[in-house]
Amino acid sequence: MNGRRDFIKAASTGVIAGMLPVSVVRLSHAAPENDFTFAYISDAHIQHIKGNQFVRNWDRGLIRAVAEANLLEPKPDFVMFGGDLAQLGSKPELDHGAEILSALKYKTHMVMGEHDYYLDLGEYWSDLYGDQYYSFDHKGVHFVVLNSILTYDDWTFNRWETPERRMSEMAGLDNPNGSPFMVGATQLNWLKKDLSKVKKDTPVVVFSHSPLQKIYKGWNFWTEDADDVQKLLGKFDKVNVIYGHVHQIQYNQIGRIAFTSVMSTAWPWPYPQSYAQAESHLPVLTVPMNRADPFDERDATGWQFVDVNTGRVDLSFNLYSNDNRKVAFNADKGHPEDVSYPQIEIAPQRHY
Amino acid sequence: MISRKTWTALALAALLPVSAAADEFTAADVERWQAQFDEVAAEGRSLWTDSALGTNGVVCAQCHPNAANTHPETYPKFQKQLGRVGQLWEMINWCIRNPLEGENLAADDPKMIALQAYAYKERRGVPLAPGKH
Repeated sequence: MNGRRDFIKAASTGVIAGMLPVSVVRLSHAAPENDFTFAYISDAHIQHIKGNQFVRNWDRGLIRAVAEANLLEPKPDFVMFGGDLAQLGSKPELDHGAEILSALKYKTHMVMGEHDYYLDLGEYWSDLYGDQYYSFDHKGVHFVVLNSILTYDDWTFNRWETPERRMSEMAGLDNPNGSPFMVGATQLNWLKKDLSKVKKDTPVVVFSHSPLQKIYKGWNFWTEDADDVQKLLGKFDKVNVIYGHVHQIQYNQIGRIAFTSVMSTAWPWPYPQSYAQAESHLPVLTVPMNRADPFDERDATGWQFVDVNTGRVDLSFNLYSNDNRKVAFNADKGHPEDVSYPQIEIAPQRHY
Repeated sequence: MISRKTWTALALAALLPVSAAADEFTAADVERWQAQFDEVAAEGRSLWTDSALGTNGVVCAQCHPNAANTHPETYPKFQKQLGRVGQLWEMINWCIRNPLEGENLAADDPKMIALQAYAYKERRGVPLAPGKH
């Protein structure tokens, strides 16, 4: 099933699509009616200045992703948006982001990010997009969306004098006044019930904003109850978690669960190990992204094209000013790997 | 090889109090200097998260949590957007002008000194590597 040799490139997709940094691949042996792909855009951080002014740089990243996703051939079946549409969760930001996303020609599913949530605890976001956690089935794959950016009730409800203060305290990645993310008991119960209807050999794809693994607590590259979620997911043969939040390429394998992060359209984040005073648990599988040209405003940003034809997620990273990368599941090795750097042989991480 | 003379010197040194040196700094001096530095670095941290440094609400910490990926130990070094070898404060001004859409600070502006103090403090312990990318 190491099927990259079986992939064929769809060659004649037109001049415009040919210029795009997108991967147009299909599994040649899969039943054509079950072939599908989806696009993944995340972490736009639309930031309001005042009146009708927004931070231009972040706007441009999202506008570009939407325009490119619309030119994909073959067409993706849907688009995921991975959370943090807004920077400070305000109505103008969520509205402006929704307007940019509305240009997408595909069905769009949304994931909640902490920057969308902590002003009004997701109220306006839910007015726009509905449920904060849900599942759906598509062509034999079970998809689950979690709101993984909740935290301790005491922090959410009792700590801060105003909602604006609460939002700005959670918005600072390195802010020691922040609080670790979690899925929480209510959603864990829901997830357990939701998954009880799913067969063991059904491919499962889970979308969360924060990593459902513990990488670096200081920057909330972290989900407090990740091990509880992993326990529920670990019983399936093929489980994939795709998360945003980290604004960088990460991938990992814990048991049967393959993890892959996605990029931000707004700005990149350093890897935790670049903070000299901290200890990080970056998955050892990850070949870090490089900063090709940190002076370019689109450096180390981009979006993803996801192929799920093997029941595993193969992510093509469409990077605006860096070499594109592809992180695909290697069935022989049993974990995701960068297809350009497979020579780096590191045993998958089994614990945090 | 360590010579006999060096061994003797080391042996003598071992007999003396650890911090012995001529004209020693007083504890009060050291404490005051450290407190001055820490105060300026703390001011740098508040500027790091201060939306008033620019004009569009963007702050340094948004892209550089804990001043990571600023690499103060690599300056002076070639900067593509300057077209020459530059110093950290020039790069900070580039960030203020571009992502933050603000105005340059003078090299000796107390705010500029504070921003650098914070970035260096977060990077303490990393060996100097001038010119490195």
